[in-house]
Amino acid sequence: MVRFLIRRVALGVFVMFVVTIVVFLIFFVGPGRADVARTLAGRQATPATVALVSHRLLLDRPLTVQYWHFLDGLLHGNLGYSYYHGQPVTTILKQAFPVTLSLALGAAAIWLVVGVLSGVLSAVRSRSIWDRIVTVLALFFYSMPSFVLGLLLLYIFYYQFALHGIHIFPGAGYTYLTADPLKWFEGLVLPWITLALVSAAAYTRLTRGSMLDVMNEDYVRTARSKGLSENRVIYRHALRSALTPVISQFGIDLGVLAGGAVITETVFGMPGLGFTAVHAIQSQDLPVIIGVVIVASAAVVVANILVDTFYAVLDPRVRLH
Amino acid sequence: MSPGDSVAIEDAQITSGTPPPEGAAASIIEGRSPWRLAYERLRRDRASLIALGVVALIILVAIFAPVIAALTGHGVYEQFRSTGLTPDGLPVGPNGQFLLGTDDQGRDVLVRIAYGARISLIVGVVATLLEVVIGTVLGLAAGYFGKVVDTVIARIIDIVLSIPFLLFAISLVSISKPSLTIVIVVIGVFGWAAVARVVRGQVLSLREKEYIEAARALGAGPWRIMFIDILPNIVAPIIVYTTLLIPVTIVIEASLSFLGVGVPPPTADWGTMIAGAQQIYQQAWWYLLFPSAALLITTVAFNIFGDGLRDALDPRAEQLYK
Repeated sequence: MVRFLIRRVALGVFVMFVVTIVVFLIFFVGPGRADVARTLAGRQATPATVALVSHRLLLDRPLTVQYWHFLDGLLHGNLGYSYYHGQPVTTILKQAFPVTLSLALGAAAIWLVVGVLSGVLSAVRSRSIWDRIVTVLALFFYSMPSFVLGLLLLYIFYYQFALHGIHIFPGAGYTYLTADPLKWFEGLVLPWITLALVSAAAYTRLTRGSMLDVMNEDYVRTARSKGLSENRVIYRHALRSALTPVISQFGIDLGVLAGGAVITETVFGMPGLGFTAVHAIQSQDLPVIIGVVIVASAAVVVANILVDTFYAVLDPRVRLH
Repeated sequence: MSPGDSVAIEDAQITSGTPPPEGAAASIIEGRSPWRLAYERLRRDRASLIALGVVALIILVAIFAPVIAALTGHGVYEQFRSTGLTPDGLPVGPNGQFLLGTDDQGRDVLVRIAYGARISLIVGVVATLLEVVIGTVLGLAAGYFGKVVDTVIARIIDIVLSIPFLLFAISLVSISKPSLTIVIVVIGVFGWAAVARVVRGQVLSLREKEYIEAARALGAGPWRIMFIDILPNIVAPIIVYTTLLIPVTIVIEASLSFLGVGVPPPTADWGTMIAGAQQIYQQAWWYLLFPSAALLITTVAFNIFGDGLRDALDPRAEQLYK
């Protein structure tokens, strides 16, 4: 087990190393860096000022020097400074992270419950009217782009409600939990629903398939023939093993989300990691983009390690591979 | 899905319940290839047929977009400042002249949706094919050669799957000049890994079969074995996967355009239209609703058809998903 963990973590570190190189190449070989110095120096800047700016930002040094400087900073927990705001990137990320976390955790809780319960219902009452309704809804939301759902929700629950004098849900923005818990909650309801419904659909399909598989297993028949109640058979025996693929998918999805729900944050104007990244990309603010991408990749890598470890604990055969 | 659908499913159940006769029995009655059986199953799945019809309709709309433009008399880039905008400069709603209303620049939404279908379908199909070709070749190589080749490719797959796709895609598109080609290439470059993993898994189980050993004993080289002996046996799951990947790709393209890093304006594109509508949906619901509906109908149709195709090609999966 220890050997498995060491190997898995080493692989994770290697992946992160490759990610830093790829990110660095994308942005520093790309056309962005000449523009940055010019933009920063202002419209009337002389070539000398532009040169000075790019010198300060190390933009005139060889790529290897820049990369080493970046990696050195990264290992010391320093991601550099935003070109435009002069703030440390870590500060920017620390401000954005709680927003993304609030969004991701709330949405994940909703979609896991909705997805798994509807999947179980659909599998247990296979071919019933409930199964049909759930299947159709799952297919519908599975096909739904999140920005379409988000904007439709905004149109109905923000704009139409406001027209009728109901002001429950804000149209955009984010209130910190510490500032006003009620406003925090109200502001998150629509983004949560958007993200949760789109994701829940995939979990419904996954749970349904996996439950139908398990319900045909011999041990489920044995449990039934022992005289256990149907509920006990479903929730204690079948669901427990049917959840394995669901949980592994959940770990990965949560990891991806921790790096920012780019679309949902953009639609609802929430200053999370994804929103920060989109803005940084538009202004070519390289250190911020790189910071977000690194954090996002790290979240995925950690989630993958956790999922693999979870599997290895459950199933000893996994450790051999 | 309609009530008649249940009949179709039960029929298909019966077909799949009795395994297709093989060998001697089959030659006496009638030789029916697996493809033929799949076709028969698909033909009885009404939901899939309707979905296929919708897909065909969208393709026709895309092809005949210029005809729609000619019929309405509105060019795709043409701005109708006097008739297509209110005196305040706002879009006008659906009326006799503009059936689906106009956008924020006084252009006909209907005509732009028709032209937008072209971008969605082109990116959806070409980028998906790119993903599938790269994924299949690398997956075949990893699964067949094993050892070092497999280790290297499997690691690359791991890395690509660990990359936050949307963030990287936005980054890549933003540093290069946005264009249709860039969007397709970026989606292809980041999207092949999932295909490769599926193909690799399939190849790993096929590699040990006797007929592969026989082919090797007859002196077949690795390329011949990979592409002539193994590939045809995994074509069915690849086709299903491709069909189900198309709506995913269409949504990714629309998302990139929605974020402003997709196909650049003034090209008509559903994602760009929805992004434009985001600014003024309070005054112009039609500008948000119709492109959204076009996008949603397309993805739903592809997903229903893809599900049906999977059930038809893989009878065992049938009980699981329908």
